[in-house]
Amino acid sequence: MTQDCPVCGADITNNGLMMNELVPCPECGSDLEVIELTPLKLDKAPEEKEDWGE
Amino acid sequence: MELALAYSVIRLDEKMLIEAARRLDVKLTLVRMEDVSAQAGERPIEADAVLDRGISQFRSFYFLKLAEDAGIFTMNPSEVVRVCGDKFLTTSAMIRNGIPTPRTSMALSPPSALEEIERLGYPCVIKPVVGSWGRLLAKVNDREAAEAILEHKDVLGGYPHSAIYIQEYVEKPGRDIRTFVVGDETICAIYRTSEHWITNTARGGKATVCPVTPELNELCLRTAKAVGGDLVAIDLFETGNGLSVNEVNHTMEFKNSVQPTGVDIPGRIISHFVEKARC
Repeated sequence: MTQDCPVCGADITNNGLMMNELVPCPECGSDLEVIELTPLKLDKAPEEKEDWGE
Repeated sequence: MELALAYSVIRLDEKMLIEAARRLDVKLTLVRMEDVSAQAGERPIEADAVLDRGISQFRSFYFLKLAEDAGIFTMNPSEVVRVCGDKFLTTSAMIRNGIPTPRTSMALSPPSALEEIERLGYPCVIKPVVGSWGRLLAKVNDREAAEAILEHKDVLGGYPHSAIYIQEYVEKPGRDIRTFVVGDETICAIYRTSEHWITNTARGGKATVCPVTPELNELCLRTAKAVGGDLVAIDLFETGNGLSVNEVNHTMEFKNSVQPTGVDIPGRIISHFVEKARC
């Protein structure tokens, strides 16, 4: 099952993806987030915030 | 016993933890923090114990407080997030417990920060009190740079930037040390090597295995105890006067460290979490 990258339109395949998983687009490198699994739906990942990290 | 893993987004680290739980036959319910709301004192989730893997320190803190107030076991607890999430509170915990750490000052306005920087000497480092991944660290080489950075913080920074954290610049041998403490053991360590003065692997630092000496283990266990953490990653400098603790991280990221150390870090985390949750 594939889904277009919402930034560049490249095909992204669901190889064991999980809900809310972060995936880099293999074409444009944008960070994407899985927002639906069936059918696969991706959106731009949330932007890094000041309190993000370890 | 119901066990949960709380997250905001699933990164490789969380995926490795979920896979480790599967491998160890541990049933984990996944809870997205953004979906949680509860009245104070009521259970925010249907679980008896929760492992915090939130990416936002602010959200993690309040999520864990809600959980603790409802009697849910948390790892790490909210207090550890509060202390490790604030660089000055971490420094304070180090000093109170006699743990070697770089000389650090706090200033509460740009003019007083400038005075403090001049007292500490150049170069020095200005860090945001809240932040990670080497973000917004500034090496200050002279007074002109200090004035510019302080003006930027004053004009562009949010309220956390009104507390100005200033640290001596520690000359490193092109690397620092990151250790992983799980319970009462430093399970492994890496060197983070970089030509840049910022050595975080998130900023391109290369990870290679570092031996856990008795000295390193003892210092890391004291450090973990000082912040109250069961699962912490500690960043240390090698100085002419021995090891010095720079930072302590409450939600350790380990994806780049499993391969060089050969240690099953996610498996050790899950096993420890289960063991403590069942106590």
